[in-house]
Amino acid sequence: MSIDIETARRVAKLARIKVEDDHLPDLAQEFNNILGFIEQLNEVDVEGVEPMTSVTPMRLKRRTDEVTDGGMQDRILANAPDAREGFFAVPKVVE
Amino acid sequence: MSADTKSSDLAALTIAGARDALRKGEVTSVELTQACLSRIEGADALGAFVHKTPEIALERARAADDRLAKGDAPAMCGIPIGIKDLFCTEGVPSQAASRILEGFLPQYESTVSAKLRDAGSVMLGKLNMDEFAMGSSNETSVYGNAVNPWRRDGDDTALTPGGSSGGSASAVAADLCLGATGTDTGGSIRQPAAFTGITGLKPTYGRCSRWGVVAFASSLDQAGPMTKTVRDAAIMFGAMAGHDPKDSTSADLAVPDFEAMLTGDIKGKVIGLPREYRMDGMPAEIEKLWAEGADMLRDAGAEIRDISLPHTKYALPAYYVIAPAEASSNLARYDGVRYGHRATLAQGDGITEMYEKTRAEGFGPEVQRRVMVGTYVLSAGFYDAYYNRARKVRALIKRDFDQAFEAGVDAILTPTTPSAAFGLGEMTEADPVAMYLNDVFTVTVNLAGLPGIAVPTGTDAKGLPLGLQLIGRPWEEGELLNAAYALESAAGFVSKPAKWW
Repeated sequence: MSIDIETARRVAKLARIKVEDDHLPDLAQEFNNILGFIEQLNEVDVEGVEPMTSVTPMRLKRRTDEVTDGGMQDRILANAPDAREGFFAVPKVVE
Repeated sequence: MSADTKSSDLAALTIAGARDALRKGEVTSVELTQACLSRIEGADALGAFVHKTPEIALERARAADDRLAKGDAPAMCGIPIGIKDLFCTEGVPSQAASRILEGFLPQYESTVSAKLRDAGSVMLGKLNMDEFAMGSSNETSVYGNAVNPWRRDGDDTALTPGGSSGGSASAVAADLCLGATGTDTGGSIRQPAAFTGITGLKPTYGRCSRWGVVAFASSLDQAGPMTKTVRDAAIMFGAMAGHDPKDSTSADLAVPDFEAMLTGDIKGKVIGLPREYRMDGMPAEIEKLWAEGADMLRDAGAEIRDISLPHTKYALPAYYVIAPAEASSNLARYDGVRYGHRATLAQGDGITEMYEKTRAEGFGPEVQRRVMVGTYVLSAGFYDAYYNRARKVRALIKRDFDQAFEAGVDAILTPTTPSAAFGLGEMTEADPVAMYLNDVFTVTVNLAGLPGIAVPTGTDAKGLPLGLQLIGRPWEEGELLNAAYALESAAGFVSKPAKWW
């Protein structure tokens, strides 16, 4: 499996990380090195093996479905790069 | 005794020693704290403490002294410690050594740091680390490198303290604090502990709450103590562990008195030596250290048994699928909307450009690389080939350990790292995969969710510390700490780095 420049561009886009065109060939090469390393996993016979989910089988805790937290709008917004009128503010989303 | 000597002596105390002295009234927490603060002031060259909190420290120290005066204070009461920058601490910068969290002031306290605070321990500040805990040399930090207080004999090359908990390791080894929190996703407590001659415990997955700890790979991340001795690890761990309803993977199990389990008696215990950890090209020094460790445990009455963990070889490749996959998902939250850095936008830029520019500016190269690898292995068409296959291999790695334990093995002894600390910058030009090999002996433990501890047992030919790792059964950290205590007692490692900073 070899990653070309177009795939690297697509992955960067999916990850929402801006990568300049002139960096794409290096990025593709790095992906190839890492994926080459990962390819070893194909040697393992995993027929009939269930993917691991937890260290010891544990039933998730349950609790009553009720509000236990909230009412702290200022604290939620305290670290926002841009907050206005009690909301997070972002650039235009819909044309 | 001069004031300076006294301050060095106090900062050099173990947690156990300080606790006893505090309870006897021989020293106050304020004195201990001031001693550490003055050591920290003189240690900027180590790059360990990246946010110092002397006011908080002295306030907590005074409160601890009041509590001690009233009697019945917990073991960690009045003990000055450092907190890895990955833990959210209320009102104190917590940025996972990343530019993307610059200026972020948490409105809440992580469960682990809150437990330590409530036990009366004194936070001295936040400790350097690799960005988002991704790295093995502390060289990916936005704060710059943390530096190992150890140097090779007759050579002043700056060495890495390891990573990702490099600041924690450096601070404990240099006596800037009595203990520190670390986190370990693939070896990030144990490898730096080995590189700096201290003790580092990665507990069983689920033992310490992950709530309020910046997430890297949620199925692997686990917090643990980094200390000067095994006894200190037992004491500090006892204050960190326990069920937390805010972390659904936190185990609802009683936390025993780990310190009381340190008898040093390991007669009849079976210690396994996995043959797959005997890697090609392993330095003779590491091989020798390992054999000597096995001899020490045998002399202490344990039975040493050769065992096989056949899927060991596939642990690193499985890890480098699973960890980036989880990271790409966890780090999706850094989008410039709710906290942290937001890029300056150009005219006409919409929300997608905001995300892309913010993340390109905010994440360093290694974090970007892992997020993108994770995105790739999770993308349509590759999910089964990479991610699900890696999770199945992970199940096989865990089964290897299960079978060893079922066959009667109580603990497994391995080297902690394939080498001693290397020079800062030495691996910069290397392929990222070469750096990943640092975790070859530790990463299996995270994949299987087991507890593992690194104990310093010797030095290499250049005088640098080397450590051995013991791996225990799930939830049996007490037994594991006891085996580590026996190893520590037999090894008698007492070397300290000579102060150059």
